[in-house]
Amino acid sequence: MVDFVSGPLVWIAFVGFFGGLLYRFATMYRLADRERVVLPTLSPRFGGRSLLHWVLPFAGTSSRMRPVFTVVSFAFHVCLVVTPLFLMGHAVLWRQAWGVRWWSLPEDVADVMTLIVIAGCLFFILRRLVRPEVRNVSYASDFILALLVMAPFATGYVAHQQWLPYQTMIVIHIVTGAIWLLAIPWTRLVHMLWFPFTRAYMGSEFGAVRHARDW
Amino acid sequence: MADLEDMKVIDPGVDDNIAKLTPERIEQTINRVLTKESAARLQVYLDTCVHCGLCAESCQSYISRDKDPDFAPVAKVKDTLWEMVKRKGKVDGEFLHNAARIAFLECGACRRCSMYCPFGIDISYMIMTVRRILNLLGVVPQYLQDTTNSHAATMNQMWVQQDDWIDTLMWQEEDAQAELAGTRIPLDKEGADIMYSVIGPEPKILAQLIANMAIIFKVAGADWTMPSGDGWDNSNMAMYSGDFETMGRVERLHWERAAKLRVKRVVMGECGHAYRGAVYDGPRWLGWTKPPIPMVHAVEYYYELLKSGRIKIAHKYEEPVTVQDPCNIVRGRGLHDKLRYVVNEICADFRDMEPRYEHNYCCQAGGGLINCGPPWKRSRMKSNRIKADQIHDTGAHLVITPCHNCHSGIEDIIGFYKLGCHVSFISELLVKTMEMPEA
Repeated sequence: MVDFVSGPLVWIAFVGFFGGLLYRFATMYRLADRERVVLPTLSPRFGGRSLLHWVLPFAGTSSRMRPVFTVVSFAFHVCLVVTPLFLMGHAVLWRQAWGVRWWSLPEDVADVMTLIVIAGCLFFILRRLVRPEVRNVSYASDFILALLVMAPFATGYVAHQQWLPYQTMIVIHIVTGAIWLLAIPWTRLVHMLWFPFTRAYMGSEFGAVRHARDW
Repeated sequence: MADLEDMKVIDPGVDDNIAKLTPERIEQTINRVLTKESAARLQVYLDTCVHCGLCAESCQSYISRDKDPDFAPVAKVKDTLWEMVKRKGKVDGEFLHNAARIAFLECGACRRCSMYCPFGIDISYMIMTVRRILNLLGVVPQYLQDTTNSHAATMNQMWVQQDDWIDTLMWQEEDAQAELAGTRIPLDKEGADIMYSVIGPEPKILAQLIANMAIIFKVAGADWTMPSGDGWDNSNMAMYSGDFETMGRVERLHWERAAKLRVKRVVMGECGHAYRGAVYDGPRWLGWTKPPIPMVHAVEYYYELLKSGRIKIAHKYEEPVTVQDPCNIVRGRGLHDKLRYVVNEICADFRDMEPRYEHNYCCQAGGGLINCGPPWKRSRMKSNRIKADQIHDTGAHLVITPCHNCHSGIEDIIGFYKLGCHVSFISELLVKTMEMPEA
């Protein structure tokens, strides 16, 4: 079991993840081309200007209106991407598998970052339940997705702390991690891929066509 | 839960036409628009929205209705487009009635929400897609459909006949001459610097605005002309009813008329949606990235005249004024600074609204909303209480509205909420305050 999940399953997850993203991108590019006005509208200058205002916390009106959400969301997304890439445990695996040496995070920093991801997921779930305007547009799938994102982090953390049988937790950790990666191209988690494009497109429309700011 | 009274509004254009539909036609039409008429943008927007609700606070109808979650932009998409996608077009008449109420009355396509969505999802584009579907099903509020029918039959919004058009221009020329001797409204002057175009309601109900502009052109010494035939109307309600074929015809004719007159640019009257149609939505439908001839909004033109000193203000207007930033020329063209320059030149006591510039609230009249007519007025008023508060807080006696929809919409709000102030176009103030040459 351990051999399968830490061998072929990881391969399936990575190939599925990158292949899925590539497929989605290629098919969407064709669709965008069909719309005639989409690609010519995209402007690196105005798209970039908008992106910058939306990735930096408190650079835009919307993010200043909700300081708590902005801080949680920003911290959550940074930790979500950085922690798995630079976790020491993962770096060891990179080295064993391909011999690549990789910079890694100090263990206690990684622990805190993992907890931030878990807390972020809990915050989003709670917000869905508490805020009427969010609850109104929340489906079961929204909760499942938040739990799915949280799962590999929670199980990885528990395994690392060795609170429960290590081997079992690692298997669950890898399986949930694989499901998470495989789900990204085909669920709303795909906003990871589309965010720069939707934002840049709106920034281009506002900037180049309408001479206005969109933040 | 939306107000039941608003949900029960009966509109023959919506309800009588729903009664004629078959489930097959509904399904086919929805699926055709979702698969054949839309592509990357709709797909990406549907995929990317994570249902976070951050757009809610941006919408004047959500704020005005005490944060009723059904009025959040995302909820408006959920109750229309998401359901159509989810049910693969298998929706019933009751659903369509509610979808029409949401798409035609509760969203003015003002695009404020796109500035609050972290992903920049064009929510108004999705609502316009719903309008498109409803249009193809023949489900459009009756008053709005009437303006579209007028566009299709007469190429102007208000059933203005050819002889009425020329007669109105001659009448306004005479009126303008009474104010300033020698004022002309030159018709079909080929090679003039400027073609001046207006919206259909000007000759129909606000003809004096044409005389105002003739006087302004005369004082500025402009080389200008107006078309005597079709193509003079730059308004476009078909754009908002979802009849994009008619929208395209109207825009093409307007630009062809300008091209035939070989003018250097088109100056248009104080209207917002007409600017959007001519510069943005029209060209897009026609497959152009931009209009073939530069289009100058009245606000930009007044700015140019005042800044260069071609017209001068003799005595400023003294009463306290505020200004409504029209969505389609501020969020749609960034004219807010020029607008304030013009207002400050003309008025001595200008008080700004908060929020302002690109973040100003829509008047809840543009986007075809006011054109849906009297059955929906009460609902429209309830959805913009925040605008009444905004105006009240400025303490202004006069609201300057350089857009026809804002003008009518704010007038309605002033009446409904008993604010006791008035509305005015810039041209009305300009002819009263500017220096006139000696007769």
